[in-house]
Amino acid sequence: MIRARLLEEKLGSLYRAGRIVGGVYLGRGQEALSGAGGVALRKGDVFAPLIRDMAGRLAFGEPMEDALRAYLGSRLGPMKGRDGNIHRGDLSRGILPMISHLGAMVSTVSGVLMAKRMKKERGGVGLTCVGDGATSTGSFHEGLNLAAVERLPLVVVVADNGYAYSTPRERQFACVDLVDRAKGYGVAGVAVDGTDPIACGEVLHRAVERARRGEGPQLVVGTLLRLCGHGEHDDGLYIDSTMKSSGRGRDCMQVMGVQMKKMGREKDWLSWREDAFREVEEAVAKVSAEPVPDPFEEDWWATQMGSGTEVLGSS
Amino acid sequence: MGDADGFRYGGLGFLVSVTYLDAIRSAQEKALQDDPTVFIYGQDVGAFGGAFKATKNLAKRYPGRVIDSPISEDAMVGMAVGAAMEGMRPIVEMQFADFSTVGLNQMLNHAATTFWRTGKPCPMVLRLPSGGTPGSGPFHSQSMETIYSHYPGIVVMTPATVDDAYSMLLEAIAMPDPVVFCEHKLLYYHLKADALPKSAVPAFRAQVVRPGRDITCVTYSAMVHEAVAAAEELVGEGYEVEVVDLRTVKPLDTDTILASVARTGRLLAVGESWPWGGASAEVVARVASEGFELLDAPPKRLNAKDTPIPYHPNLWAAHRPTAVRIAAALREVLRY
Repeated sequence: MIRARLLEEKLGSLYRAGRIVGGVYLGRGQEALSGAGGVALRKGDVFAPLIRDMAGRLAFGEPMEDALRAYLGSRLGPMKGRDGNIHRGDLSRGILPMISHLGAMVSTVSGVLMAKRMKKERGGVGLTCVGDGATSTGSFHEGLNLAAVERLPLVVVVADNGYAYSTPRERQFACVDLVDRAKGYGVAGVAVDGTDPIACGEVLHRAVERARRGEGPQLVVGTLLRLCGHGEHDDGLYIDSTMKSSGRGRDCMQVMGVQMKKMGREKDWLSWREDAFREVEEAVAKVSAEPVPDPFEEDWWATQMGSGTEVLGSS
Repeated sequence: MGDADGFRYGGLGFLVSVTYLDAIRSAQEKALQDDPTVFIYGQDVGAFGGAFKATKNLAKRYPGRVIDSPISEDAMVGMAVGAAMEGMRPIVEMQFADFSTVGLNQMLNHAATTFWRTGKPCPMVLRLPSGGTPGSGPFHSQSMETIYSHYPGIVVMTPATVDDAYSMLLEAIAMPDPVVFCEHKLLYYHLKADALPKSAVPAFRAQVVRPGRDITCVTYSAMVHEAVAAAEELVGEGYEVEVVDLRTVKPLDTDTILASVARTGRLLAVGESWPWGGASAEVVARVASEGFELLDAPPKRLNAKDTPIPYHPNLWAAHRPTAVRIAAALREVLRY
């Protein structure tokens, strides 16, 4: 959580300083829910994060350098400058690179899980994150329904953060609570206060373990508020002030600070902060010095057939 | 061929003919047998054997590897992308090519971009029962090769013969890239060969299926047979038409096309799909820009009419290119 918050604050600064080409999308306020998902997974599991999941990514094991490489365009990153920012992933680490089309990763993670089942690899779990907006897509519906039919070990985490870009949730769906949809899909549904790190940790841990035991897909809906604009280009002025002052508007980082204090671990909290701050500065310095992509060294082949072997005629 | 269920046998118990559909079924069976990472996913493909019976008996013989999907084209393709990333070689059967529009996002934005974005392969085949048949109407007749070919990262195959249906499908399944396999429904039952092929022409090579000196007719899929019939008709008028079957529309074998036009000096490109853009437009564009000096007449295109595909056979026969319309178009170019 701390690493994600500090790294993203740095990304915001780099964006405003003109160091980042393209968009910057932050997960401010969603670190508890996202991070809990990443913590609950283990090596060999599959994670398909969305745009506000820096915390989940880092918790699952994505190196901070790789996150920065995608934003700063280092060609040493997993996407080599061919794709950027949040559209990064590393299949060798089990992190699927999201496409921008919302809901699409639900069926794709399901495919990874079906493949594992056919290969007789047991015990693996897939987890993917969406927002309240993505639940309106056909992809979300088709994917979750498919996972339910196949009874796959899939956890879908919905961050109900109040807004899809600027559209409030009442223009997105008419049900009272998205978790009510679980019953219709025939999957388990759990609601959690997305601003409470300890609650998120417990709920995600249990959901992942239920999926791992073979109890089928799990729909976890966390209620929280996006504490920033859609992207750093957006001031988020449309966010309702009564929502900001409500329970869902709490900052999970402050809640975590209080929870740590109650546990008598205030010192740990502070030293984690210092460590994370140093890690971010070192990673930025390192990645800033890395080479950028060179169009003359790019092979410009979109198919492996072309790039590795001779193809007759032209493309 | 150890296994021949679904084939017709003569009185003596040996195979008398193999249809285009038999070839597709046999290729899938061979792939299932030879490669444990191959599986088939689609609507009604399991015990039922598929809407066209392209997977007949396969679910029984390969348990757990020929799987019925929900009616969810987007999720079917998305699932295949994930399975391919995980090292499998999924074959997704769309019930009709037309329905693959619902899965376009996963194919065009996910499957097609995976290798470019990650450097990791995405080996999968999307089988599309394509093209018009009498009475099929606007939503069961479409040819989708244009849309898929426009996007980088996808191979698009359009086999016209029994041999190609078999050998190209096997090649498609073995490829590291996503392949859209456009199989023509009109050829399913009526196109026959004596046996499955023992050797194969590489899938990315176009082929001269009928040599001729006067004009080149470049086409693919079911239109190859219409073009050959048109060529036969023009023999009586003293013209020798060379018919080139593209076989694979992307990548496009420009060399074979240009070599043919170099011999004939004239070009007609025919496609069953709609006239705006597409494979036939690409052929004309490439010949015009790379082989302008080879031409003795302006190159011409012939496609279906620019309307949805009509239901009634009278209207449908006038909507698509036929041997008669192709012959008329050939005459126009020949008489220029």
